Amino acid sequence: MANALLRVENLVRTFGGIKATDNLSLDVKPGELHAIIGPNGAGKTTLISQLTGQLMPNSGAIHFAGRDVTWLPSHQRSRLGLARSFQISSLLPDFTAADNVAVAAQAHEGHSFRFWSAARKERHLREAAQAGLTQVGLVKRADVLVSELSHGEQRELELAVALATKPQLLLLDEPMAGLGVTESARMVALLKELRKEVTILLVEHDMEAVFALADRITVLVYGRVIASGDPEAIRNDEEVKRAYLGDQHVMVSHGGIQNG
Amino acid sequence: MNSTINARNVVVALTALGLLLLPVYSGLTGDIFILTLFTRIIIFALAAASLNLIMGYGGMMSFGHAAYLGIGGYAVGILAHEGVGSGFIQWPVAVIVSALYALVIGALSLRTRGVYFIMITLAFAQMAYYIASGLSRYGGDDGLTIDKRSNFGGIIDLSNRVQFYYLCLACLFGGIYLIWRIVNSRFGMVVQGLRANEQRMQAIGIHANYYKLICFVISGTICGLAGALLANNTDFISPATMYWTRSGDLMVMVIAGGMGSLFGPVIGTIVFLVLEELLSQFTEYWALIMGPLLVLIVLFARGGLMGVLGRLSRG
Amino acid sequence: MLVFVEQSLNGLQFGLLLFLLAAGLTLVFGIMDFVNLAHGSLYMMGAYFAATFVAWTNGFLPGILLALCATLLLGVALELVALRHLYGRNHLDQVLATFGLIMFFNDAVRLIWGPAGLSLPLPAWLTVPVQIVPDVFYPTYRLLIIVTTLAVAAVLYVVVMRTRIGMLIRAGASNREMIGALGVNIQLLFTLVFGLGAALAGLAGLMQAPIITVQIGMGENILILAFVIIVIGGIGSIRGAFMAAIFVGMIDTLGRAFLPDLMRTVLSSNTASTAASALSSMLIYLLMAIVLVVRPEGLVPAAKR
Repeated sequence: MANALLRVENLVRTFGGIKATDNLSLDVKPGELHAIIGPNGAGKTTLISQLTGQLMPNSGAIHFAGRDVTWLPSHQRSRLGLARSFQISSLLPDFTAADNVAVAAQAHEGHSFRFWSAARKERHLREAAQAGLTQVGLVKRADVLVSELSHGEQRELELAVALATKPQLLLLDEPMAGLGVTESARMVALLKELRKEVTILLVEHDMEAVFALADRITVLVYGRVIASGDPEAIRNDEEVKRAYLGDQHVMVSHGGIQNG
Repeated sequence: MNSTINARNVVVALTALGLLLLPVYSGLTGDIFILTLFTRIIIFALAAASLNLIMGYGGMMSFGHAAYLGIGGYAVGILAHEGVGSGFIQWPVAVIVSALYALVIGALSLRTRGVYFIMITLAFAQMAYYIASGLSRYGGDDGLTIDKRSNFGGIIDLSNRVQFYYLCLACLFGGIYLIWRIVNSRFGMVVQGLRANEQRMQAIGIHANYYKLICFVISGTICGLAGALLANNTDFISPATMYWTRSGDLMVMVIAGGMGSLFGPVIGTIVFLVLEELLSQFTEYWALIMGPLLVLIVLFARGGLMGVLGRLSRG
Repeated sequence: MLVFVEQSLNGLQFGLLLFLLAAGLTLVFGIMDFVNLAHGSLYMMGAYFAATFVAWTNGFLPGILLALCATLLLGVALELVALRHLYGRNHLDQVLATFGLIMFFNDAVRLIWGPAGLSLPLPAWLTVPVQIVPDVFYPTYRLLIIVTTLAVAAVLYVVVMRTRIGMLIRAGASNREMIGALGVNIQLLFTLVFGLGAALAGLAGLMQAPIITVQIGMGENILILAFVIIVIGGIGSIRGAFMAAIFVGMIDTLGRAFLPDLMRTVLSSNTASTAASALSSMLIYLLMAIVLVVRPEGLVPAAKR
C-alpha cells in the first residue's frame, strides 16, 4: 500500500439512519485502472463524491498522492490532480463544447484574474480545447452548444473536461450511463487509450466494459467492500455472485435485460 | 444569430444612436424635459448594467443594489456639505466607499446561496438605509440638498445640462464597454461558468467565492459611480434612494430588459422609465397598468425584451 | 419593571402577528417554492377590507369576518388567475411578477380608497384595559390579539402535524415530486395552501388595522420583516417561523423601547437619540445577517429537498 496514489481508510458516511458508506477502505495504485462495481444503492456515487470533496465523510481518511485530503474542498483537490466526471453530465449548457474544455484548461493554469483580453481569442486555450476534443473524438462538434449535443456526445465531453485539468487520478462515475452499443464501444476504446496516460478509478454498471478494462475490481454492496482483486478472482467470487444474482439483480450489459 | 443585421442588433444600434443625438433633438425643439428625463434614464441604465453583471452573468441575485446608489450619492452630498466641492475628490471617494462596502457585505453574503443570499443582501441594504436615516447632520429622513454640483475645474460644467448628459452617456457607454471586456475575459468565463454550474467549476479547481466576490465588488463600484451621477442630477440625496423597493425597481429593469445580455439593461431601463413617464401623463394610476404588464412580460416574454428580439432575429 | 412587562407583552403580540404573516409566506415558499412579494399586499387588503366592512355593517365582528373571507377569496382568485402559471419558474421571474402585483395593488387601493389612510375604531368593549396581574393593566384588544394568534398557531400546528392534509404539506415542503407521485391533486393542494397563506396574511392585516394607520405601502414595510423571520427560522418550517417571529417581535419592540435610554448612558443625548433610532430599526437586519453568516441555512433548516 506504500505506493498507493489514492488510499481510503475506514470511510464512513451516514444519511439520517442509513450508512451509505460503511467503513470503506480501498487503494488505487498509480497507472492502474481500478473499477468499482456494485448493485444500485451500493453507495458508489456517494463514495466518489467524498473522494472529490462534494460531500464530506463522517469519519475516516482519504490520502491522495501522500497528502491527507479528507476535508479539503473540491477545488483544492482538483488542483492537486484529482479530476472527476459526473454520472449525470455536469457541463455548462449555454457554452460550446470548445468553451467547456477551454475553461477547464484555463482553470488548470492557475488563477483566472485576467479581466481585459478576450479568453475565446487566446490561441493557447483554443489549442488546448481542440486537443482535448480531438482526444475524445468531438473535434467536429467543437462549436456546438452543449444543450444541442447528443447524450453520448455529452458523456464524451464530460470526459474531455475532466482531462483538460491534466489530472493524476481520473474518477469516472458511470461514463457509459445511457450510451448505446456503438457509443459504449467507442468509450471503451477511448478509456483503453487514456489508461496509458492517467490512473483511472472507474465506477460502472457495464460488466463487459469493466472486465475488458480493469486491472483490479472492487465490489461494493450497501456501502461495504465485499471483494477486491483481479477480474478473474472477482468473477469467481461466491459473495459477488450472490450479491448480483440474488434478489433478481441481473448484471447489466448492453443489448441485454436491464434490471435492478 | 445568423447575420449581423437582425432585429436585435438594429434595435441596439438605433438606441445607441438615439441616445447620442438626443441633445441635438432637444436643442432643436427646445424640449428640455426630454433631456432631463433621459439623463435620469441613462444613470439608472448604468446602475442596471452593473446589476446585470452580477445577476445576468454571475447568477447572484442581489436585492440590495440600490444601496450603492445611496452610498455614491451620499459621498458626493456629504463632501459637498462639508465644503469639499471638487469632483476629483468626491467621485473617487464615492467609488472607493462603494467598493469597500461591496467587499465587506459580499464576503459575508457569499457564505449563503439562493434565496438566503437575496435576503442577506436585502438586509444589508436596509441597514444602509437606516444608517442614512439616522444621519441627522445630513438631513436624516428628509434628505440632503446639494447646492452645487461636483466641480471639475474648467474641464466640464455639470450644471450645463447638455454637458452633464454627455458625461453620463460617456459613463454609460464606458461602463458597458468595461463590462463587455470583463465578461469575455478569462475572469468572465469563470464567472459565467459559476452561474451555469458551480459544482462543475469547483470540480475543475475554481474557488467559487473568490471570483464571485470580485465580480460583486466590480458591480458595486460601477453602481457607486451611478450614485454620484444621480446625486448631481437631482441636486439631492435621501435615504429613500436606498429603500428596498428601489432595488426592486432596478431588478425589474434588468429582468425586463433581458438578463445576461449587454444592452438588455439599457433597453429595459429605457422602456421601464419611459413607460412610467408616458403612463403617468395619461393617468395618475399608471401602476395599475404597469403592474399587470410586468406580470405579462414574465409570463410570455422569456428572457425579457432582448429575448423576444433575439427570437425575432432567428426568424 | 412594569414598563418592561408591558413592552414584553407588546413584543409578544407583535411577534405573534408577524408569525401569522410569516407562516403564510413560509408555507407558500416551502411547498410551492414560490417567492411571493405580494404577500404584503394581501396583508394590506385585509386591513382595508376590515376598515371598510366594519363601517358598512356597523358591527365589529361581522365586518372582521367578512374581511377575512374577502381576503381569502382574493388570494384564491390571484392564484387561479395569475400565480399558478409561475410555479416552477425561477425565483427571479416570481420576484418580478409579484413586484408588479405590489405596484398594481398599491395603485388599486389608491383608486378605490384614495391616498389618505383609513382608521378602524375599536368597539367600546375592546378599549377597556384588563388587569392581568395586580397593578398591571394591559389593553384588552392587544390581549385579544395574543389569544387569537396563539389559538390560530395551535390550530395550524394540529392541522400540519396531525391531519392528512398537514402530512401532505410537510411532505411537500421537503419533497415536491414525491407528493405528486403519491397521486395527490397538486393543483388543488397548492391552491389551498395559497388560500391559507392569504387568509393568514389577511387576518394579520385586519387585526393590525385598529392599532396602526391603514395606509398604502403598509405591506412592504412588514413584508421584509416576514422574510427576515422565515430566513432566520428556516424556509418551510412553521415551528421555525414561530420561534423566529417571537424572537424578532421581542427584539424589535424591546429594542425600540429601551435602546434610546441605554445609549443615553454612554453617549450624549443628541447622538444617542439618532444612533438609537437607527440602531433599533437596524436591529432585526443585523440579527438576520449574523444568523446567516453563522448558519447559512437558517436556524431550523427544512429537510433536504
